[in-house]
Amino acid sequence: MTVKKTISIAGENALIVYFDDKPSAATSAAIASTAKKLTAYLGATLIDLVPSYASLLVIFDSFKTDHHSVRRAIHTALKAADSAPATEKKNSGSLVTLPVYYSKESGPDLQRIAESAGLSTDEVIAIHQQTEYRVYTIGFAPGFAYLGEVDPRIATPRLATPRQQVPRGAVAIADQQTAVYPAQSPGGWNLLGLCPTLMFDLKASPSMPVKVGDRVRFEAIDRATFTVMGGKL
Amino acid sequence: MSLQVLKPGIHSLLQDGGRFGQHRMGVTTGGPLDRTAFRWANLLCENAENSACIEVAVGGLVLQSTVRTTLALTGADIPLKINKQPAALWQNHSIKPGDLIELGFARSGSRAYLAVSGGFQAEPVFNSVATVPREALGGLHADGSPLKSGDIMPCESSDNVTGWHLPVNLRPDYSQNSVLLRVVLGYQQEAFSDAQQQLFFNREYSVTKDSDRMGYRLKGVAMIPSVDGILSEGITLGAIQFPPDGQPILMLQDRQTMGGYPKIGSALSVDIGKLAQLSAGGKVRFESISIEQATLLLAANEKQFSADWLKPIKTSN
Repeated sequence: MTVKKTISIAGENALIVYFDDKPSAATSAAIASTAKKLTAYLGATLIDLVPSYASLLVIFDSFKTDHHSVRRAIHTALKAADSAPATEKKNSGSLVTLPVYYSKESGPDLQRIAESAGLSTDEVIAIHQQTEYRVYTIGFAPGFAYLGEVDPRIATPRLATPRQQVPRGAVAIADQQTAVYPAQSPGGWNLLGLCPTLMFDLKASPSMPVKVGDRVRFEAIDRATFTVMGGKL
Repeated sequence: MSLQVLKPGIHSLLQDGGRFGQHRMGVTTGGPLDRTAFRWANLLCENAENSACIEVAVGGLVLQSTVRTTLALTGADIPLKINKQPAALWQNHSIKPGDLIELGFARSGSRAYLAVSGGFQAEPVFNSVATVPREALGGLHADGSPLKSGDIMPCESSDNVTGWHLPVNLRPDYSQNSVLLRVVLGYQQEAFSDAQQQLFFNREYSVTKDSDRMGYRLKGVAMIPSVDGILSEGITLGAIQFPPDGQPILMLQDRQTMGGYPKIGSALSVDIGKLAQLSAGGKVRFESISIEQATLLLAANEKQFSADWLKPIKTSN
């Protein structure tokens, strides 16, 4: 796996690093590692970073530095991230466990996902928990983390007509991605349960339980536990 | 001590410089669409850079003061009245308790900035009070809500600010309802053929009514890149993206932090403020510049923002 990484201009004060042409756990880990190193290298000249599936947008203060210097810092960060030991790469990011109350009452699409997959709902629930997901990117809305990749057996396309309201905490699948809705919002993903953990909480520090590059496991809880943990049906 | 909102107008938002460093949680920046007008409003009130102002879209805001302060309105040409008397934009005014501040509706331009001495005070969210309704972040109530009737906008009591105005020749002119956007090529620029780029940089686009703080949607000759969609990636301010219909969307302060449409590059930040002053039907042209030119233009632009350019108001005025 030696895909050539490229750096392009994104704007007057931004460069974007392309790591690969498809997402993968290895790419995600490399992006997270590069982001961490760049944060240290660029210090106060860094305005923000947007790590995504296979790219990293680097926004800098063009009155304090310039694109040449930032490009050099990116090259250095890429090299450092590349030379990290393989075990460090594989185990990078924190492992976060998110509890889920899977059921027909909390996951209105569970039955349909099972039917289209030719599986029982219990099998769908089991398969969803078997994968250790990577946080590929966070966006769309504050706290919305895109997790990949869902086992192809339960991958399900988005709804033809999005729902007007998906509840906060909804655990959902769209193709080979899964996510927990951080707030009530419209949405077209397939819902299979509810997670009582707040994905975006201004009162918490950090405000999100996960960051890009982290690993996530889902763990089934029952209705009573869900309620005790603060979940609302 | 405050200004009380009697009428919120079409869409009025508390905005400071913006919310930075939170893209990793999917949080956008917000902040004033027209930073030029925003900065002058603060300079006229002798405020610290990025103090919180009210961004008034189109107009209709009515406030009543319970405080002695200094106020300035810049940006779109919106008739301003203080106690029913016409008052000038681009200069500061002394305000006392009981004063009625009424904004009419824009004759040219789309957004005005109302500053008071010391800025408006509100609880910051991630170090900023910038209001982003879509994210339910910022604003007076820290929940992303725009100004509404009955809101009490806290501000400090202050007097002794000198009367200042910005000379007419330094004020932006929005009356042409057109703008030239200078663009640094980048992102997926190679997915746009030379012939397409020729068209893009030589044709005129117009602003559609589906334009807002997330992005300005333009209409004109369609650009169809050689790639349909891309993996979602970070979107910077001013990025010019093309959904499948080939019509450009200029990404502004409330943009989503990432997206999957191909982009040709990004417009210069200093030009974006002028774009945001256009109303539907406004004309947009593009010009390609190098990153080096962009850097020089930004530095030159920065020099204009100095209180040294302000002139004392003549007492006979």
